[in-house]
Amino acid sequence: MSTGNMNLTLKVWRQKNNKAKGNLVDYKLSEISPDMSFLEMFDVLNEQLINKGDEPIVFDHDCREGICGACSMYINGRPHGPKEGITTCQLHMRSFKDGDTIVVEPWRAKAFPVIKDLTVDRTAFDRIIAAGGFISVNTGNAQDANALPIPKLQADAAFEAAACIGCGACVATCKNASAMLFTSAKISQLALLPQGQPERYRRAQSMVAQMDAEGFGNCTNTGACEAECPKGISLENIARMNRDFYAAKFVSEEEV
Amino acid sequence: MASFGNAFSSSIGKKLIMGITGLFLILFLIVHCFINSLIFLNDGGLTFNLGAHFMATNWLIRGSEIILMLGLLAHIVQGLRLTFLNQAARPVKYAVNSGNANSKWYSRSMGLLGTLLLIFLIVHLSNFWVVSRFTGIPTEDANGHEDLFAVMKETFQNVWIVVLYVLAMASLLYHLLHGFASAFQTLGWNHRKYSPLIKSVGVWYSIILSVLFAAMPVAIYTGLIK
Repeated sequence: MSTGNMNLTLKVWRQKNNKAKGNLVDYKLSEISPDMSFLEMFDVLNEQLINKGDEPIVFDHDCREGICGACSMYINGRPHGPKEGITTCQLHMRSFKDGDTIVVEPWRAKAFPVIKDLTVDRTAFDRIIAAGGFISVNTGNAQDANALPIPKLQADAAFEAAACIGCGACVATCKNASAMLFTSAKISQLALLPQGQPERYRRAQSMVAQMDAEGFGNCTNTGACEAECPKGISLENIARMNRDFYAAKFVSEEEV
Repeated sequence: MASFGNAFSSSIGKKLIMGITGLFLILFLIVHCFINSLIFLNDGGLTFNLGAHFMATNWLIRGSEIILMLGLLAHIVQGLRLTFLNQAARPVKYAVNSGNANSKWYSRSMGLLGTLLLIFLIVHLSNFWVVSRFTGIPTEDANGHEDLFAVMKETFQNVWIVVLYVLAMASLLYHLLHGFASAFQTLGWNHRKYSPLIKSVGVWYSIILSVLFAAMPVAIYTGLIK
């Protein structure tokens, strides 16, 4: 299968399960094609491990076209590797040089415990969404399209926030393992639209409370999340979340 | 009855306390720097002593001093707490982490820079604040005001104190470079029309303030100001 000419040394985090102590293990790979994606390179490595009778490396992946948010490797100290605006499946081996040593670690955060090897448990994100990242609508016929006028800027900003794929790169790269970029994107995508208004301030409070309960750190505005986000989610969303939170706590009379 | 709930204990609330106290301290530093810069008039400290006398005797200023100390304390305690909480949010560290690829080193080192400033503050407060408020300034100037400038001149004869002050002002520069704009972001002031202005004002504020402060001990030690 390998048709290339790259020789690489991989240092990959191996950890049997949540309780076990993990460590970095060295793997030598040869004849890697520069046209392979990073995950395809891992497929080659796993095939070799299986043929040797070793246990393959467990890693998350699904769509392999950059929209599902499943792949999650911390490559040479950066989430999704050295390129900007892409996920690990969109990273290609031509971004590395022949003879490189590549260190691959799982996302590291208290709220993202390692399940096995490079796979971490990101259900904390699901629980944040479940706490309020939705709108309540009546059943029945769908409304006519464009029945509610929405200014272009608002619609664009909501769409940009909705581009978040929940991969967790923001948490992984944040020095505080803070989930504020994710949570603020999920709050903003609804807070910007008329359909999100009835539950707007309840939502901001519930989702922030859940985020805190999961054990994520506190934002210190380093901007690392925004720089590493494969979908370019902006820090403007965090400021919007802060505004909604203050409005909910200091102005709204509704208790959550 | 409606309550404020966990407004201040939540992650955003903790940031809010840092942001508000930070901006308050930024305002204080403007006043502090302005009055201290009166020494650059090079009039033997007469104008500076007049300013210091006003600050020490005006009841409104003395009242604000209590709020200032409380704000400073809140900023320090909350900052240290947040630093430890944030470290605990990542119990297993990365073997390789390229922080410089996505953020400025000083934005990731606010805890360290703040701790350096805390050490400086202890020295600084015992040098001047304790003297002017508690133990008393020994001499008077030609106008009959407490001669705080003389205390300043004596303190900055020690080269190590001067070095400490200059290093501390370097810490202050980087602390403010991140802190100024960060405080506005925390308060939710991220706006296409204002954010570029906030950022550039923050940079100029940090540079001008730190350089002026650092120039004071240097000017006195080298004898440029008598």
